[in-house]
Amino acid sequence: MPAQDPSQSSPVPAGAAAGLPPVAPRTLKDRVLGVTRRLGLTGRGGVILGPYAWLVLFFFIPFLIVLKISVAEPAVGIPPFTKLVEWVDGGLDLHIRFSGFQALFDDDLYLLAYLNSLKIAFVSTLCCLVIGYPMAYAIATAPEKRRGPLLMLIILPFWTSFLIRVYAWMSILKDEGLLNNLLMGLGLIHEPLKILYSDLAVYIGITYSYLPFMILPLYATLEKMDHTLLEAAADLGARPWKSFLTITLPLSLPGIVAGSLLVFIPAVGEFVIPSLLGGSDTLMIGRELWNLFFNSRDWPSASAVAIALLAFLVGPIMIFQHFQGRDQDKGAA
Amino acid sequence: MRKSRLPMVLLGVGLAFLYLPIVLLVVYSFNDNRSLTVWTGFSLRWYHELLADSQMLEAAWLSLRIAFATACGAVVLGTLAGLMLARFGAFRGRALFAGMISAPLVMPEVIMGLALLLLFVSAEQLVGWPAGRGVLTIILAHITFTMSFVAVVIQSRLVSMDVSLEEAAMDLGARPAKVFFVITLPIIAPAIVSGWLLAFTLSLDDLVITSFVSGPGSTTLPMIVFSSIRLGLKPEINALATIVVAVVATGIALAGFLEARRARIREREESQAGRV
Amino acid sequence: MKFEPWHDPAAKPYVQIEKVTKRFGDFTAVDNVSLSIYRGEFFSLLGGSGSGKTTLLRMLAGFEQPTEGRIFIDGVDMAGIPPYDRPVNMMFQSYALFPHMTVENNVAFGLRQDGVPKDEIRTRVAEMLELVKLTPFAKRKPHQLSGGQRQRVALARSLVKKPKLLLLDEPLGALDKRLREQTQFELVNIQEKLGVTFVVVTHDQEEAMTMSSRIAVMDHGHIAQVGTPTEIYEYPNSRFTAEFIGSVNVFEGNIVESEPDHSLIRSAEAGCDLYVTHAAHLAAGSHCWVAIRPEKVSITKERPADADTGRNVTRGVVREIAYLGDISIYQIDLPSGKRVRATAPNVTRRTELPITWDDEVWLCWRPFAGVVLTD
Ligand SMILES: Nc1ncnc2c1ncn2[C@@H]1O[C@H](COP(=O)(O)OP(=O)(O)O)[C@@H](O)[C@H]1O
Ligand SMILES: [Mg+2]
Repeated sequence: MPAQDPSQSSPVPAGAAAGLPPVAPRTLKDRVLGVTRRLGLTGRGGVILGPYAWLVLFFFIPFLIVLKISVAEPAVGIPPFTKLVEWVDGGLDLHIRFSGFQALFDDDLYLLAYLNSLKIAFVSTLCCLVIGYPMAYAIATAPEKRRGPLLMLIILPFWTSFLIRVYAWMSILKDEGLLNNLLMGLGLIHEPLKILYSDLAVYIGITYSYLPFMILPLYATLEKMDHTLLEAAADLGARPWKSFLTITLPLSLPGIVAGSLLVFIPAVGEFVIPSLLGGSDTLMIGRELWNLFFNSRDWPSASAVAIALLAFLVGPIMIFQHFQGRDQDKGAA
Repeated sequence: MRKSRLPMVLLGVGLAFLYLPIVLLVVYSFNDNRSLTVWTGFSLRWYHELLADSQMLEAAWLSLRIAFATACGAVVLGTLAGLMLARFGAFRGRALFAGMISAPLVMPEVIMGLALLLLFVSAEQLVGWPAGRGVLTIILAHITFTMSFVAVVIQSRLVSMDVSLEEAAMDLGARPAKVFFVITLPIIAPAIVSGWLLAFTLSLDDLVITSFVSGPGSTTLPMIVFSSIRLGLKPEINALATIVVAVVATGIALAGFLEARRARIREREESQAGRV
Repeated sequence: MKFEPWHDPAAKPYVQIEKVTKRFGDFTAVDNVSLSIYRGEFFSLLGGSGSGKTTLLRMLAGFEQPTEGRIFIDGVDMAGIPPYDRPVNMMFQSYALFPHMTVENNVAFGLRQDGVPKDEIRTRVAEMLELVKLTPFAKRKPHQLSGGQRQRVALARSLVKKPKLLLLDEPLGALDKRLREQTQFELVNIQEKLGVTFVVVTHDQEEAMTMSSRIAVMDHGHIAQVGTPTEIYEYPNSRFTAEFIGSVNVFEGNIVESEPDHSLIRSAEAGCDLYVTHAAHLAAGSHCWVAIRPEKVSITKERPADADTGRNVTRGVVREIAYLGDISIYQIDLPSGKRVRATAPNVTRRTELPITWDDEVWLCWRPFAGVVLTD
């Protein structure tokens, strides 16, 4: 095999040439790369710039604008608010006004809506947890071959339209709907229950729509768990319930937290479900924000509501990100 | 240890809870009656009505176009974002970036919608762009919230990928950009496809953000569906739901079939490994 | 002529590692390492898991930057030179074969990056596959190969660019024992045939002894000893190396006589004086240890002729015998309570046991057998 003889010099890759410093011959490409590198424009920097700039522009700045407009005055016109700073008679005129926030406190409608949103989101999250945990557990402990298809079944409804799934519940829960017909047919009730357009329907709708978001993170932690731990516990004499409570449950805590936040945070600001399934007296803050914006056209107040809602949610969002980040770091290690 | 059957039973009940409403929709889409409770006979009436509804069809076509553009944009940005989180180690402002990527996963849509609208309005006032609200603003908004989902999918795929594949390519003389396109991208291609489909679905389905940032003449399918069911039940929606379910089910079945076949071939190839 | 460039003061090292330290956060993975590796060497980095071998190798390849110190390859400072511009190739522990490419394309990958003409790529890939006996598998994908075949693809891929320096991270680690032994020799043959300098990471001391021209023993990030396999085995410079390579008996004692040509150590543990034919470089009275390999200890039932000298001879009771076929390993308890290992070839058939459990035996060794250690 003559070409393998190291003493024979066939064209050797750049940089591997004997004796030469390992610098590739300077082609035009190298020169361009060199210049951009000196300007601090490495490929890596360029890659970072794209998504970073996008998120700053379309995610970060919008929140600053919401903050700004929440202290502007409403006005008739397009857009329906005043400028914050204006030159009036050669002087700077500052129009800052907290009446948007003021209204939040004056009218206890908003306070009630906040509290009711928290209550509804909390109870629905609990329902998702109670229903979702056994489901996630069952999938995680199923034979490995069956886990994929079962998981698929959980995700599948998500690929069909959210709106349509809520709509399906409208037809089930209405006065002459399936549920009432069934209950009356069984003789359990004699008058149809008023479920549609009530808080109960909202609980059902949120639990139903958000259930997969609870199951997936739960499954992820339960599946990673070492099942020999349970066998070891059983071997050491723990009863199944006891080992569930002392081993499985604590170890799945990250999944419980992640799943609960994934349900709770968006549920607090939910708009579609309360407006389709809730009654006119079902107060939820997302719905009030929508009404302020689209019906009253009071953008400053809508912004104030958004800022106040965000202030509620900053804590939970930070906890959620902490858990997200922990997974990322674990992955990177 | 005896395994309790209880979780399996509860799983069955839970799945019934998840699927019952969808099954009902499908069944009643063939009902020859306005009522969604009494079965009076088989009919394709609602499908005819749906297909005759030009407003609905136009909105559907618009939604599909928006979803397509969104998915393409979100895949590019989301893949880069996933790459940054999984491969770039520490860079300046990483914590802020990670926060901005994961916040849209949970951020209530009314807040995102309002914030984006106010951005577009302010930008128009300041620089005159984007002029008015419409398809463009919807796409920009959709890319913003769907790219987070793509980034999560891509990132978790990259984390499970063996880094030494990329190192080996670099060791053999490939520069980072080349490594990305020739090694990383082909290997994570399935995750990119999933990310694309996810962004497409999310965009197609979005009502709240779209309502905020859309303008006259850019009414999407969810907006039409919402305004019609808000006033009560409409059987055409059942027909629409059935079509969506049929498309999704076909897609999933096809993907499942292809995956199973791939796995079978691979298994056979692996079993003959080592033999000439 | 013997290949010993490290004894030649005129020889220029091909790889020079100067006081290199690598820290991850406040954990020091590689600690002030200096090494010179010469052209054509088969150099092994040997150490337990987590001793920093891979980290050192990755700094040579350019995947990690030293926190302190410098690395020269062929006289060029490697600081800031990215992996794709280094005259070095690496074979990864996981092989890192590109799963979406055929064997052929995996091997051709490196040549393609350098814009080598298509025809030349084809011939060089073919030659390489021939060398590692994989020609019939050229069109297969990595998952269609056995473990041993994958290992050879990885080797071919890292050699095809004819690097002057090849880095191998546990190249045989994923193979089963039989295949590993067979592949050791193939690896050495290929290395000699191509004249490439190999730096190999391994945790298997037998493997390192079989293949290497020299070995660097690593412990907690620093180099414990560098030397030929013989030097490392026969003249360990510390208790760590002595105990890491093979098995050894270590006796604690005090220097009685310290002369340029011999040393005498009194050891209560051994129950006799230890006479060693090399300088201890220690003052009389100093505390030290003497290491003696088990195969250098003879075990007899009869009292040796020079037993009266009280030097390099002691007695004890046989507690354990492990019969390995070719040799037997005896564990003997001395009166001090110290347990000593001795190995003896089974020259006679085992049917008539010359020495058995609870026998009182004499142990003795030659003056050149022991090595004085200071730590
Ligand atoms: N990227 C890294 N970050 C933090 N610690 C690391 C990293 N790489 C290696 N280490 C640590 O450095 C030590 C040495 O690792 P390594 O060089 O892989 O050892 P070896 O190959 O000898 O088993 C280990 O304790 C390991 O945990
Ligand atoms: Mg290692």
